[in-house]
Amino acid sequence: MGILKYIFPMQPLASVEGRDIDTLMYLIHGLILVLFVGWAVYFIVVLIKFRKSNNPKVQRTSSASKISTMVEWGVAALEFLLLFAFSIPFWAVHVASKPEYKNVLEIRVVAQQFAWNVHYAGPDGKFGRASAKFLDDNPLGLDPDDPDGKDDITTMNQIYVPVNKTILISLTSKDVVHSLGIPAMRVKQDVIPGMSTTVWFTPIKKGQFEIVCSQLCGLGHYRMRGIVNVVSQMDFDRWIQEQKGNHD
Amino acid sequence: MSISKKPSHDASFVQKYVFSTDHKIIGIQYGLTSLFFLLFGFGLMMIMRWQLAYPGHALPVMGTIFGENNMPGGIMLPEFYNQLGAMHGTIMVFLGVVPLGFGGFGNYLIPLQIGAKDMAFPRLNLLSYWIFFAAGGLMLASFFLPGGPTGNGWTSYPPLSDLAHDGQSIWLVGMFLIIISSLFSSINFIVTIFQLRAPGMTFERLPFFIWAQLVTAFLLLLAFPPLEGAAFMQLMDRLLGTSFFLPSGLDVSGQVLTNISGGGNALLWQHLFWFLGHPEVYVIILPALGIVTEIIANNTRKPISGFNYMRYSVIFLGFLSFIVWSHHMYLTGMGTNVTAFFQTTTMLVSIPSVIIISGLFITLWGGSIRFNSPMLFALAFLPMFGFGGLTGLPLGLATTDIPLHDTYYVIGHFHYVVAPGVIFAIFGGIYYWFPKATGRKMNETLGRLHFWPTLICMNLVFFPMLIQGIAGVNRRLYDGGESYLFMHDVLYWNVIISWAVWVMAVAQIPFIFNFFWSIFQGEKVTSDNPWEATTLEWAAPTPPPHGNFTKKITVYRGPYEYSLEGASKDYSPQFEKDI
Repeated sequence: MGILKYIFPMQPLASVEGRDIDTLMYLIHGLILVLFVGWAVYFIVVLIKFRKSNNPKVQRTSSASKISTMVEWGVAALEFLLLFAFSIPFWAVHVASKPEYKNVLEIRVVAQQFAWNVHYAGPDGKFGRASAKFLDDNPLGLDPDDPDGKDDITTMNQIYVPVNKTILISLTSKDVVHSLGIPAMRVKQDVIPGMSTTVWFTPIKKGQFEIVCSQLCGLGHYRMRGIVNVVSQMDFDRWIQEQKGNHD
Repeated sequence: MSISKKPSHDASFVQKYVFSTDHKIIGIQYGLTSLFFLLFGFGLMMIMRWQLAYPGHALPVMGTIFGENNMPGGIMLPEFYNQLGAMHGTIMVFLGVVPLGFGGFGNYLIPLQIGAKDMAFPRLNLLSYWIFFAAGGLMLASFFLPGGPTGNGWTSYPPLSDLAHDGQSIWLVGMFLIIISSLFSSINFIVTIFQLRAPGMTFERLPFFIWAQLVTAFLLLLAFPPLEGAAFMQLMDRLLGTSFFLPSGLDVSGQVLTNISGGGNALLWQHLFWFLGHPEVYVIILPALGIVTEIIANNTRKPISGFNYMRYSVIFLGFLSFIVWSHHMYLTGMGTNVTAFFQTTTMLVSIPSVIIISGLFITLWGGSIRFNSPMLFALAFLPMFGFGGLTGLPLGLATTDIPLHDTYYVIGHFHYVVAPGVIFAIFGGIYYWFPKATGRKMNETLGRLHFWPTLICMNLVFFPMLIQGIAGVNRRLYDGGESYLFMHDVLYWNVIISWAVWVMAVAQIPFIFNFFWSIFQGEKVTSDNPWEATTLEWAAPTPPPHGNFTKKITVYRGPYEYSLEGASKDYSPQFEKDI
């Protein structure tokens, strides 16, 4: 296992949903390894056995083609197995649908060049109204007169979440295309202006996990970094109380 | 018709070598121009690799020549890094590899291999090259704009590209011209292959190279127009105030954009771009597969195994390439049905691909393999291209695309396909057809001196990228990933990769020297068919004159009749009646 750290250095997994992705990552790379080694062995044998000095006269009858046909169908069958047994169901359950659990924390993230604005509904569970005309006052454009927004919490580049709770993030962009990548959670979702997309995950480890912008968004793209802080439910509740009504 | 009219002996130098209608001169023009662009695009990457290996350090020796706007004190700015990246991609794909494989090899070889005197439309051919040349010049000129060239990636996603400085407009006009040039070429190639085949040259007897070029031409003809439209739409967004790709309510750098009408869709560009972008991949690889097939048949002295299946596969690949484009966009918010469709079509691609690669692998079995320079490159193509294809599987499955999308894994994957894959095939093709074009062979020792270091360096460059990608290192990061703690464990590879890139540059010197030296000093060939090959180009005089053939060409058999039972020699050319 030691060498795997160097040639297959996946980030330590920190979410429930990522397990299936990792399983498929190992399976598909196992398939690649077997196929490539198989081909390579055949290739080396052929190049030695049939070089001109070893085989001056061509043999036109070939016994290799039957095996090759079997290999071709075998490869295709395995690929479709991985596709139908893993990839398509995963997408249906974990990506294209919203989490079915009731116990979900919803967060809104608004991306801009080159920062992540994070928006919590606060203790009342209701997000305040946002509008472009208030963008001069606060980066999310929250309406100061909306009572729902009074206790909302906003942060920049820091997402606080409780461990073992499903987090649903709604994503929008103010300017160009960004992409919310959280490698440890096996999460990546494009953020496209004019569209709202969602992504969700259930963290299983406490700690700090980096957010990396995964679509070229301009000259500051390389430093559009954020942090997901996974804390205990108690610490999270305390944080919410401290932040209450704090727009930045 | 003007095709049959030979130029008079006193045709001026300009008519003969600059504005020539001879497909061979045009092919060589395409070849030399795109080789120059390959080297130039490689040069851009060599500068970027300094910043990636030693972020924030001044580039030694030549750091100051790029100016205070780009590299103050020799230290690269993020703007310049993005510009180099965007131009590297654009130049390598649209001005390097595609015009080399299609414009260069296609132009030179198609009429020769089908036994024609020239292309169907020689003047259109001339126009096609010079439009391409103008597009290349425009792309180069954009480096001298006050704001520099475009820096939005070779994919130019809006709104970023819609809102970018003038370099983007020049890029769009350049793309517009490249597409026009490609459309002219593709029409010309299709008509030529359908109409101008020599007597006896049925479709069954066409070499695989011609099949590959024919499918490529159809791909260009059908896939490029959507991008032509998209480029025009983006140009209108930038210059005429339309909002095809700009949604309402954009707020850029703290300013709400009030001068745009809005209501557009940023995703639309991605669909139009990748509708071309994916067939473009096959435009890159099919000519390479054609070249490799010719070289392998010749140097194993065997017919191609499963040639029939390979032909059908290449046509099937062409069809499939039109219905896989959205696998570049899995993470834009797609539903299950759409991803299921595109994952399935993407996995289907592997079937014809594996059939073609297996055909070539099996051809080796039982052969009498000659290891000359063209063959070394063609052989190395097989595992390298194969590996590039295999690493496409995790990207083609939407689920494993989540951790890998936009990382160096993607870069490693497609470079395995294109660099030690397609570019090796192209090198092989240059060594293989050089004697036909010049009458002299390239030097074998220098060929090996070129081959081995290049092969080793290619793998030292691209394999570590797969490792970095698995660790989650994103592409297009100006500091190579230094800003991110979780990437630190694999950043030592950046230094190794960069040095491998620079050593690989040194390894191209034997090739460049060999290329020019051999034109004048290479070993002279004693026959028109020095490799003892079977296809029609070897029936032409060396080098072939304007009009190609001095005797009447009739085709008697299929393209790869090597080592026939009862034949007097181990090759039976298509153009000889007796075996």
